[in-house]
Amino acid sequence: MTVGEPLVEQEGRTVYRRPQLLSNPTSYCPGCGHGIVHRLVAEVLEELGVGGKTILVGSVGCSVFAYDFLALDSVESPHGRAPAVATGVKRVRPDRVVFTYQGDGDLAAIGTAEIVHAAARGERITVIFVNNGIYGMTGGQMAPTTLAGQQTTSSPRGRDVATQGYPLPVTEMLSLLPGVQYAARGSVADPALVGKTRAAIRRAFEVQLEDRGFSIVEVLSTCPVGWGLTPVEAMERLRTTVMDAYPVGTFVDRARGIAPSLPTPGAPHRSVTEGF
Amino acid sequence: MTALDRRADSRDGSVAPARSDAGARRVDRVLMKGNEAIAEAAIAVGCDAYFGYPITPQAELLEWMARRMPEEGRVFVQAESELAAINMALGASAAGARVLVSSSSPGISLMAEAMSYMAGSRLPVVLVNVMRGGPGLGSIGAAQGDYLQATKGHGHGDYHVPVLAPSSIAEAIDLVRDAFILAERYRTPVMILADGILGQAMEPVAPAFRTLERQRPDWALEGAEGRPPRVLKSLHLRPEDLEEQDLALQRVYDEIRRSEQRWAGERLDDPDIVLVAYGSAARVARTAVERLREDGVGAGLFRPITLWPFPSEPLRHVARGARAVLAVEMSAGQLVEDVRLAIEGALPVSLHGRMGGMVPSPDGVVEAARRALSTGGEDGR
Repeated sequence: MTVGEPLVEQEGRTVYRRPQLLSNPTSYCPGCGHGIVHRLVAEVLEELGVGGKTILVGSVGCSVFAYDFLALDSVESPHGRAPAVATGVKRVRPDRVVFTYQGDGDLAAIGTAEIVHAAARGERITVIFVNNGIYGMTGGQMAPTTLAGQQTTSSPRGRDVATQGYPLPVTEMLSLLPGVQYAARGSVADPALVGKTRAAIRRAFEVQLEDRGFSIVEVLSTCPVGWGLTPVEAMERLRTTVMDAYPVGTFVDRARGIAPSLPTPGAPHRSVTEGF
Repeated sequence: MTALDRRADSRDGSVAPARSDAGARRVDRVLMKGNEAIAEAAIAVGCDAYFGYPITPQAELLEWMARRMPEEGRVFVQAESELAAINMALGASAAGARVLVSSSSPGISLMAEAMSYMAGSRLPVVLVNVMRGGPGLGSIGAAQGDYLQATKGHGHGDYHVPVLAPSSIAEAIDLVRDAFILAERYRTPVMILADGILGQAMEPVAPAFRTLERQRPDWALEGAEGRPPRVLKSLHLRPEDLEEQDLALQRVYDEIRRSEQRWAGERLDDPDIVLVAYGSAARVARTAVERLREDGVGAGLFRPITLWPFPSEPLRHVARGARAVLAVEMSAGQLVEDVRLAIEGALPVSLHGRMGGMVPSPDGVVEAARRALSTGGEDGR
């Protein structure tokens, strides 16, 4: 039976089978988006039939616990280094499916060099990038992705862009690199968006299975505790304030002709000095 | 089947012989730079993957691998930093590959983080440090200022890595193979501590690079098809769990201390003074020992090959009848600390150290030895 098929119809409700790759109930805070993203990854890997040949590269932050809840061969990485670790795994095991699961503090701050260069090399890995705009594990400090004006424990007067800079749109930045075959941003803000995000995650893994290159799905997520909101309020903030700042969509799917309308670095194109 | 599978399935893990060993062009001796010889030795051993970043004085090692690894159908990646290089090694090792990484002092500092993770996650790797002058950017000259960093843990947390110190290029070739044996036997990172002289000098070596058998590790990641998942990690949040892991690691270190101490001695028959030195400094010390002997001074050389575990008991034993011990090093007094710990105050221990890329001269060592015998232990830098 494939995942997503209804197990039973009862009292007008459709009940779906729990993916076998989800090994344990998660211990994340109420209203945290990690549980949803874990499930989407588990469903997609089962749907593609590759759970048994997949290697998870963990990261540091709340996402470090992914290997406790996903029944996959897994390796831990130092903070931010998951794309380098995944590069090592994939280069010696090119026939395996390799993905990193990273938060925004891990990927967009301390790990910027590793993510950029893994993407630039077009490593045949998939990156699941869960962006909740905050350091959750350490108590809600400002991250590079924290919105302008957002209060955190290390920006108590709100993020001041004059001294603390602007939010870093990592996925858009990576979209410029020709090694990036697939890049999309989804969200867990409502069931429809969750469904689209699931499709994006599936596409990202397909791109790896087709040996095309680097693929990344950023998933906008919540941190009710870090944001100082109830789970319901956090979901509302995600749907409005956060998604206004970070548009969802597919930025790159080169096999399907979706790519930024910018000259590809290194490829022949009209000189950018014209009219300069 | 991947390249890794094929090599894992071959009975002895042998690889094509090094080119210089190939029948028609067979030669007895070839001239090789230390960096190149270390690289070729690793290829012969069956190194599956190499990750590196350019830094003097080890760049030839990276360049050799850039050319040779693809010829052998193996993995070479020039990383964006030493941080990335060692973490690529972490990943490749977790997947069961035999991995070599090399750098020089400043780059080795950057690798300390991942080395700690690898020690905690029980991941084998061989890391070559071709030491240069420090601190900071220092110089590109040969130095031994990373002794304490290498032998006392390198990164954070309670761990050690076995450290092997060659003093010739021929010995470096042998120690590369030994390093992989130790790494896999004990599931630990192993460091080869060389210096800029060993890396850059050319010496004639017999091109008989040896292979190394391989067994598919039963802990490596390959996808959990048909078995419970494997998790390679160093995180254990419950103190009880972490202490249990740490104790297990310490038991491994105890076994390494018991079984793997190595050293070499020269002219240690009834010495008045024992010179202790490793790497390039040991070659200067050897010349000084010969001169002292010609002058009728009973000098001998004790050369630790494993810097961790330090061969304390053998040193204590050979120095028993001596009047003084002199540590000769290209650093400010790092090796001498282990020498003093080994001697336990039984004899005066003094230091002759040069720094910054300066190499001790035989005359300087002879003078320091005479001073040590007459004054009973005055440090000279």
